[in-house]
Amino acid sequence: MAKATREAYGEALKKLAASNPNIVVLDADLSGSTKTSEFKKVSPERFFNVGIAEQNLIGTAAGLSLAGKVPFASSFAMFAAGRAFEIIRNTVAYPALNVKIAATHAGLTVGEDGGSHQAIEDISLMRSIPNMTVINPADGREAEQAVLRAAQFVGPVYIRLGRMAVEDIYDDSYEFELGKGVLLRDGKDVTVIATGMMVQEALKAAKILKEEGIDVRVINIHTIKPIDRDIIIKAAKETKLIVTAEEHSIIGGLGSAVLEVLSDECPVPVKRVGVLDTFGESGKPSDLLKKYKLTAEEIIIQTKEILKLK
Amino acid sequence: MKYDELKVIAKSMRRNILTMIYKAKSGHPGGSLSAVEIMTYLYYKEMNIDSPADENRDRFVLSKGHGAPVLYAVLMEKGFVSKDLIPTLRQVNSKLQGHPDMKKLQGVEASTGSLGQGLSIANGMALSFKIDNKPNRVFALLGDGELNEGMIWEAAMLAGHYHLDNLTAVLDHNGLQIDGKNEDVMTIEPIDKKFEAFGWHVIKAEGHDYESLERAFEERKTIKGKPAIIIANTTKGKGCSFMEDQAGWHGKAPNDEEFCRAMEEMGDIGDKVNEGGGLNG
Repeated sequence: MAKATREAYGEALKKLAASNPNIVVLDADLSGSTKTSEFKKVSPERFFNVGIAEQNLIGTAAGLSLAGKVPFASSFAMFAAGRAFEIIRNTVAYPALNVKIAATHAGLTVGEDGGSHQAIEDISLMRSIPNMTVINPADGREAEQAVLRAAQFVGPVYIRLGRMAVEDIYDDSYEFELGKGVLLRDGKDVTVIATGMMVQEALKAAKILKEEGIDVRVINIHTIKPIDRDIIIKAAKETKLIVTAEEHSIIGGLGSAVLEVLSDECPVPVKRVGVLDTFGESGKPSDLLKKYKLTAEEIIIQTKEILKLK
Repeated sequence: MKYDELKVIAKSMRRNILTMIYKAKSGHPGGSLSAVEIMTYLYYKEMNIDSPADENRDRFVLSKGHGAPVLYAVLMEKGFVSKDLIPTLRQVNSKLQGHPDMKKLQGVEASTGSLGQGLSIANGMALSFKIDNKPNRVFALLGDGELNEGMIWEAAMLAGHYHLDNLTAVLDHNGLQIDGKNEDVMTIEPIDKKFEAFGWHVIKAEGHDYESLERAFEERKTIKGKPAIIIANTTKGKGCSFMEDQAGWHGKAPNDEEFCRAMEEMGDIGDKVNEGGGLNG
């Protein structure tokens, strides 16, 4: 069943409310959209609205963690990672505080609100900070498990969540493992490494390419930092060609992270599907994904392009 | 503890602050010296803190993180930090970072340095103690220049909204910031009315006068249901005649001659308290 990862976040928070008395949740006047309202419904005494004040959102979360709480702080990715960047950097990550930043409405699929609200730089910003763990789940199940895992993990975590419903990648047997890439489909000709909502597009592309006789390996990188180097290097050695796909700028995101690993250990040709150093705009999410080429079709084009190098 | 004893501690702290900064050849003497009496009062008279690891201790957040030397100096007097570290301030591998780093030095409750963030941290601590019905109180030392930061007012709003009566901010109001007088750089007055408008109880005090500080902290204890700020009038560079009230001594280390002169003015620790350099606050 298609579900937005932010919906799964709300459900995970409800579970945490029941299971862990140290969990507290903060929001900056977007609790209905970020789904932290789900936590508020069941545990209002541990929910704090800080108003439209994202810097204070993160700073207050830092203080709560210093007193022993496990805070989840939420806003849209633009404001959580963007507006509060330096507070995350200095007050949370520098002393490695146990703060979880769950940022929703990441990427172009914010849609109609337009470019001012479409964070396409947040992975880049967050993964450049020492001590930070960065997770970008691909579907509802993965998001829920990632949130539950983040609550157990000690240290700062940034979880990137989407507004729009995404298709199920996994069934109920899935077990999320922090820092481990997931081989979703084996293949020998080329590897598509995807993250977040682009994982569903990668799988669609692989299916179509299979019919054309191209055998595509698909890997989901849900933990962008620390990244699973082994699965990337193995893919590079075995398939020789890599395509990355993300709903994020091609500068500094998954594509860059993959290139960093390959450049260190196993340089092979790479094509990056992502937002091409430009801002988004208003529109239906599906129209924006087409216009900015965040689709299975684009993955197919880039895959065929890179196969010419073989 | 009697005021005379606090004055001896304050004098030792001033000497250690200047020695740290002199040895480091960099640092912030002005805003460290202006907060010496506030810090001695907090750590010896006001806060419940026998050990930096005790769960029940009150918490102190140095929001004006560039005042690190005054925090290190009081932690040394309390015996939480070794005085052997004095020559290591700002040196590579030191526990005494240029701005306080809680991962490197026990006794530092929060890493600060980027201005305007400490009040939010203090809010979070105070919220936590409140929902757990714990008696711990939280104190934050703010600089007046720091009030230029928008985040301070986000935090001020939150403390008022959540009625954080276990939170006390102390403003080291020395009137100067890097580029000059507060009113020339950015008008922050009326500070009292601003905080009152945000739901705070405001108390004014003389920040180098222990009796005045005691009155302020005692008044604070009578106020329920509100955060409080003690606006403490101070002199930047207090205790060192040529540094006093000079914006130029915000972030500059004394040279050999200046250091000798400063130490001479302050006199030996064993001297009578009121001799040698305006420490009779």
